[in-house]
Amino acid sequence: MSATTAGVLFIASLIIALALSHRPLGDYMYRVYTGTRHSLVERGVYRLIGVHPGAEQRWAVYARSLLAFSVVSVLALYGLQRLQDRLFLGLGLPPVPDHVAWNTAVSFVTNTNWQAYAGESTMGYLVQMAGLAVQNFVSAAVGMAVAMALVRGFARNRTELLGNFWVDLVRGTLRILLPIAFVAALVLVAGGIVQNFAAPHEVTTLTGGTQLIPGGPVAGQEAIKELGTNGGGFYNVNSAHPFENATGWTNWLEVFLLLVIPFALPRTFGRMVGQLRQGRAILAVMAVIALASVVLTNVFELAGEATVPQAVGAAMEGKEVRFGVPGSATFAAPTTLTSTGAVNSAHDSFTPLGGMMTLFNMMLGEVAPGGTGSGLYGMLILAVITVFVAGLMVGRTPEYLGKKIGAREIKLASLYFLVTPALVLSGTALAMGSPEQRAAMLNSGPHGFSEVLYAFTSVSNNNGSAFGGLTAGTPWYDVALGLCMVLGRFLPIVFVLALAGSLARQAPVPASAGTLPTHRAQFVGMVVGVTIILVALTFLPALALGPLAEGLS
Amino acid sequence: MEHMPSWVRQHMAAARAVIVLTLLLGAVYPLAVTGVAQALFHARAGGSPVESGGRVAGSALIGQSFTGGDGAPIGKYFQSRPSAAGKGYDPAASSASNLGPEDVLDVLPVPGATKGRQSLLTRVCARSQAAGRLEGVSGARPYCTPDGVGAVLKVFPAVGAPARAVSVNQACPATPFVTRYQGVTVECGRPGEDYAAGRTVPVRGDAKAVVPADAVTASGSGLDPHISPAYAALQAPRVARTRGLPLAEVQALVRRHTTGRSLGFIGEPGVNVLELNLALDGR
Repeated sequence: MSATTAGVLFIASLIIALALSHRPLGDYMYRVYTGTRHSLVERGVYRLIGVHPGAEQRWAVYARSLLAFSVVSVLALYGLQRLQDRLFLGLGLPPVPDHVAWNTAVSFVTNTNWQAYAGESTMGYLVQMAGLAVQNFVSAAVGMAVAMALVRGFARNRTELLGNFWVDLVRGTLRILLPIAFVAALVLVAGGIVQNFAAPHEVTTLTGGTQLIPGGPVAGQEAIKELGTNGGGFYNVNSAHPFENATGWTNWLEVFLLLVIPFALPRTFGRMVGQLRQGRAILAVMAVIALASVVLTNVFELAGEATVPQAVGAAMEGKEVRFGVPGSATFAAPTTLTSTGAVNSAHDSFTPLGGMMTLFNMMLGEVAPGGTGSGLYGMLILAVITVFVAGLMVGRTPEYLGKKIGAREIKLASLYFLVTPALVLSGTALAMGSPEQRAAMLNSGPHGFSEVLYAFTSVSNNNGSAFGGLTAGTPWYDVALGLCMVLGRFLPIVFVLALAGSLARQAPVPASAGTLPTHRAQFVGMVVGVTIILVALTFLPALALGPLAEGLS
Repeated sequence: MEHMPSWVRQHMAAARAVIVLTLLLGAVYPLAVTGVAQALFHARAGGSPVESGGRVAGSALIGQSFTGGDGAPIGKYFQSRPSAAGKGYDPAASSASNLGPEDVLDVLPVPGATKGRQSLLTRVCARSQAAGRLEGVSGARPYCTPDGVGAVLKVFPAVGAPARAVSVNQACPATPFVTRYQGVTVECGRPGEDYAAGRTVPVRGDAKAVVPADAVTASGSGLDPHISPAYAALQAPRVARTRGLPLAEVQALVRRHTTGRSLGFIGEPGVNVLELNLALDGR
């Protein structure tokens, strides 16, 4: 069997697995977020936290609870890193430097998981499991909570109430993420992913040299790292490390895990608004874009159009033998289409156009299928914008799911869309304007520019992957990229929640002959078009200076 | 709590939530996973150790260097891929090279001043030459000069008819890999001279590569435990010769340590170098 045939079957088997899982998982998540009963453990948790699970919140209260939780999380994670030398399981490592600790704290709380550090030489096991891995769970649950609040905004009428943040947070964590992660972690261990508390130990190699074999509670963290579309690796090289991703099939499983919740959430959405076909339309938009992106990334990487890959005979620099070129390309596309950002190969060494696909995926706003929760709310914002654009073109009243898209709604949706391009482009411009920051580039010419553009695109969209050549562990980059993560995460969330509040207040508009049907192929095509055109117009000049200049010269 | 301002109450609830969830997800969860994993898959959870002569000689999943103290390959061992992890296969410093696909221009060393920098292309060419020499085959590749650096010209002016052409990766007094480019005599590269203003022209040439792709590229982790079956096949005659073993026997061992695709279609076939070398030593 050729590598290409195997690569096609790899993608086909993923599609089948996702097609089989999205309905039961989507239905299950629907029951989780709409159920009225609290389990014994959950009641205990609510009592310890001191909240009334029955009390629903208005959008502003929901947002304030979310922000309070995130602020405290950042402080806790920052403190844990700064004090790791005085606590246990620190492996004798010194405190994490202040700028790296700040960057890492916001990185994991915002579900970005950008890494300004090398895991094996910076973070002790306590920080990894009680700091980073905890945020892997809860930052994903926060994303899902926001998505559920927005969907309730569409589903409910004449109310101020959007649900209870604490209930959504705890249920998403305990009922969805935890059980799947637990099972996945054990399966990963069976594949060779380590799970122990042994400190790195020295062995004498076959030729008489020495090697420090690392350990760590990796499998548990690896499972939630993919499932929660987090992406922060236990080790420096992330999922390229054999102890994080040992074989071909663990690679398959990791790609599946990072796609499974985002692709199931449209089903949950369809159930909650009482029209499954609306969920199917959103799913179709995600699937069309994702499939096109995965195929193109594979085509570019297999073609290997660039000087070094042509000299080598394949784009194998920065790729592992056990994954090969297709197994790396099929990981790279989903990890950037979602907000995961885990990598099993060095994106920096991809072909110019293959690397551009990973950039482009993030620039799409990570909506196909996007992060856990953030993908769904991002895509619903694009659907709102599409309805508005279509309404302008044909003179129909913009409505979506029986809700009027008026001035306030479209303002919030537009603000949501503008946040990341503003951060990406101004951040990149600031860095490129300073000789000191340009010096952080490893590669020269257009590729060096791509490294900087990639960094700001990745953090502003809360992805976390990198063109790893950039020396981003400097105070300037740590602070600048950290700010982009905070603004790129929480500004859009506030706009989404405000939109949800204003939708929930409305009375439903009965569908009329003038209503644009939003469940047909025509609408799917329009959302795909709007998504790609918006991105192309915003980012084409930047892409032309980087990967396009490199790939087409 | 009820008499406190609502923002204080919210942050109190948030602080408690962080503590409770940290205990559940940061202590109970990892301990439970570790307990079950250690009970069910003790060796794998512990890093898949492999033994040689009764002592642990490494992990089946972490590649090793099979070079001597001088960095030269040891002939009786199959060689791993090039590695960007520390000084090579250092698990305390896992890393890829992160060099881009158009990284083709070297900075030539200036004696007594700068050490220079090898481009990714030159690294590929040099590795190909070295592997070719070791295995007794041609180390030639497209875009590589016969002396094993990247075959790249800088042409001046950058736009218009060439007036000057320099083979920038070949330090003088080397003989340029082509004598003429579009009617202009090609010069060798003078260390320290700035050629940035010229147009970069990589020259493909007509060489066909014999040395496989994985032999000339560093992996994503720098710890890749595998080589391709093609690279193993290339090395088998040399290993058999050095060890005085029949080639067929070495080839049989290679086959035994080759992992196919999972379920027949997931991943790529690879040969585990450490386990293969251990098996050879154990004979």
